[in-house]
Amino acid sequence: MKEETLLGGGRSSRSDGKTLRAKNPFIIEVNHVSKQFEDGKYALNDVSLQVKKGEFVTLLGPSGCGKTTLLRCIAGFQVASSGDILLKGEDVTKTPPYQRPVNTVFQKYALFPHLNVFNNVAFGLKLKKEAPDVIKKKVRRALKMANMTGYEERKVDTLSGGQQQRVAIARAIVNEPEVLLLDEPLSALDLKMRHDMQIELKELHEKLGITFIYVTHDQEEALTLSDRVVVMNEGKIKQIGTPTDIYNEPQNCFVADFIGESNILSGTMIRDKKVEFCGQQFDCIDTGFGENQPVDVVIRPEDIYIWDVSNQPSAVSQQEDDPEDRVPKGKFTKLYGEVQSCIFKGVHYEMRVLTPDGYEFLIQDYHEFLPGTNVGMLVKPEDIQIMKKEHYLYNYFEGEVLKNGKVRFIDAEWEVMPKQTEGMEAGEKVQVRVPFRSIDLQDYEEEGKLSGEVHFILYKGNHYQLTIRTDEGHDLYVNTNDVWDDGDRVGIVIPPKEILINKLAD
Amino acid sequence: MSKLIQIVSSRRTWAWPYILFMLLFVVLPLILVGYYALTDINGTFTLRNFAKFFTHSEAIQTFLYSVMIAVFNTLICLLIGYPAAYIMAMEDFRTPKVMAMLFILPMWINFLLRTVATVELFNMFGLPLGEGALLFGLCYDYLPFMIYPIYNTLQKMDTSLIEAAQDLGANRAQSFWKVIVPLSMPGIYSGIVMVFMPTVSTFAIAELLTHNNIKLFGSLIQDYITTTDLLNYGAVLSLVLLVIIGLTSFFGDHDSGGEKGGLV
Repeated sequence: MKEETLLGGGRSSRSDGKTLRAKNPFIIEVNHVSKQFEDGKYALNDVSLQVKKGEFVTLLGPSGCGKTTLLRCIAGFQVASSGDILLKGEDVTKTPPYQRPVNTVFQKYALFPHLNVFNNVAFGLKLKKEAPDVIKKKVRRALKMANMTGYEERKVDTLSGGQQQRVAIARAIVNEPEVLLLDEPLSALDLKMRHDMQIELKELHEKLGITFIYVTHDQEEALTLSDRVVVMNEGKIKQIGTPTDIYNEPQNCFVADFIGESNILSGTMIRDKKVEFCGQQFDCIDTGFGENQPVDVVIRPEDIYIWDVSNQPSAVSQQEDDPEDRVPKGKFTKLYGEVQSCIFKGVHYEMRVLTPDGYEFLIQDYHEFLPGTNVGMLVKPEDIQIMKKEHYLYNYFEGEVLKNGKVRFIDAEWEVMPKQTEGMEAGEKVQVRVPFRSIDLQDYEEEGKLSGEVHFILYKGNHYQLTIRTDEGHDLYVNTNDVWDDGDRVGIVIPPKEILINKLAD
Repeated sequence: MSKLIQIVSSRRTWAWPYILFMLLFVVLPLILVGYYALTDINGTFTLRNFAKFFTHSEAIQTFLYSVMIAVFNTLICLLIGYPAAYIMAMEDFRTPKVMAMLFILPMWINFLLRTVATVELFNMFGLPLGEGALLFGLCYDYLPFMIYPIYNTLQKMDTSLIEAAQDLGANRAQSFWKVIVPLSMPGIYSGIVMVFMPTVSTFAIAELLTHNNIKLFGSLIQDYITTTDLLNYGAVLSLVLLVIIGLTSFFGDHDSGGEKGGLV
């Protein structure tokens, strides 16, 4: 086995660089794993992840993001199409589930209905042919850990959902696995029960000291339970980090949007520690984005301080800072707006504030600001999170000039202005650029050249950035002021004068 | 008027035709069988018919032989039917609907016709008719009744249970014997009852496939009932058979708490 590990360590995929098993701090290594289904779609697309012994790692993402597939690949119920999975340094990519030192807690418990609680928990031990008194002792201990002492003789279908889940946990931990995999274990429970079980799971993790891999779509669950969170979307890992990192420093719009509430705005990084958005320059603490680079800016609703400025409409910028106040204001204040709505959310109020330039901010504060109030807004430099823009201004496609002067791209033929294809021959491959702003979306699919579906929506303060997935599977980015819903069917129209054609550089 | 509507729309009213049918064609024949069994040819009460059965070694032998044939047939159907049901129900085999169709197809044809065709097939291949042909014919006729209840329970089975077994260290064989088989027991019970009961009382198949050389209990009853002066004795044999069938259905009622088999 050691030789194999040594060979494995030589592969470029091993980021730790440590080749000896004894020094390997990772209990699970997922290296460039992809899982492609028969229809050609990727459930996992080049996923790499390392988990340390004893860690509580959560795979978080919307349904269909690949988190469960990844868990099932680690458990062995599914085999990765490419890449490899190592447990304790041993390649288990193709090892059947019953030979892996992991146990799973299933979403719908999957308790055996023909066995009582004791025999469900003892199932794994009996297969290992342990002595009856050892089995008895271990089962009793596992049930005690799961707070199910005294239920040994009960039939599983007489138990409540929470009790069944406890039995399922006992059944998994009784085998003393090195890794416990939990597939949305709490999703079938009601809210109160879920919170209790979250605390119990956390305690269980501390008591057992083994590695937990936990799958959930519930961000709150992920942030409360985990040492590290792996945010996934569309078969890819979008960010790995501690709950605080994920929340405070999202690396892309998806994470910022998916975890908690956020204000996402387009901005420009002027230089290190200086960013411009909403027509104003702000100090920030981020560096290394270059100069005058387009970026996305994320500000959490609770990080915006607001106060009433209705009584001093003119002299706001000259106002002296009040030393008693939580934050400096006055001449530092750069954003003003009017409260549009105010909703009481239990602990705090949630306000929507519109600036005169048409940017909308979501703000949470312990104080109530009634609609119509003029407010000043302030964000501390460290609360401004800067992200590299993933897509900027233009959609880029590969296209082909046709005989009739049209250009074919994203599986359709488009009319273009004649001068765009001047001097180009039919059959020539070209690069097509379409600005985000120039794509028109129609309510009725048949009014567009192509039809597609609204796939992802991002509110950017004063406009929406939509990702439209065409029926042929191409993604288009569209900036619009219109309100669309996730999953809306749209017709796609691109006016000829908006299509820009360049020769492909060889 | 409203009363009429009430009567017409009441569920009880609609049950009457069925109740009448049951009375005429289920209860009355049973009473008649009982009546003939307990009377002699002149209609006077007697227990002699029963006494005759328990001393009539030919009848008892035929009876035991029929039960044995039925047990064999049930076993063969189970051995062939379970894997077939398993293959059709398990996702990883991805069997097309064609396979399921092939199992149903023979059931579209009347079983007598099928049996006659089987005789012709045996003749065509030059195979001898007899006990072997009888077992083949019975199995051919009753296999679908074994497959379907089992297929039903297997198909409804939560695949995560099998995954759970594997996760807990069971290899394929262990998860089959410790999880899949116990959970498909209701289907197996149903299948056994569905095959065993009609096989014990079968007679036409036996006559056709053995050239009347092998007599099953069903044929014996038929012989006696069609002979006027032995009708009362035939009724006793029918009663004995009914009791046996009744017992097997109790066996089928033994439900282990999982999903029901479906057909029974």
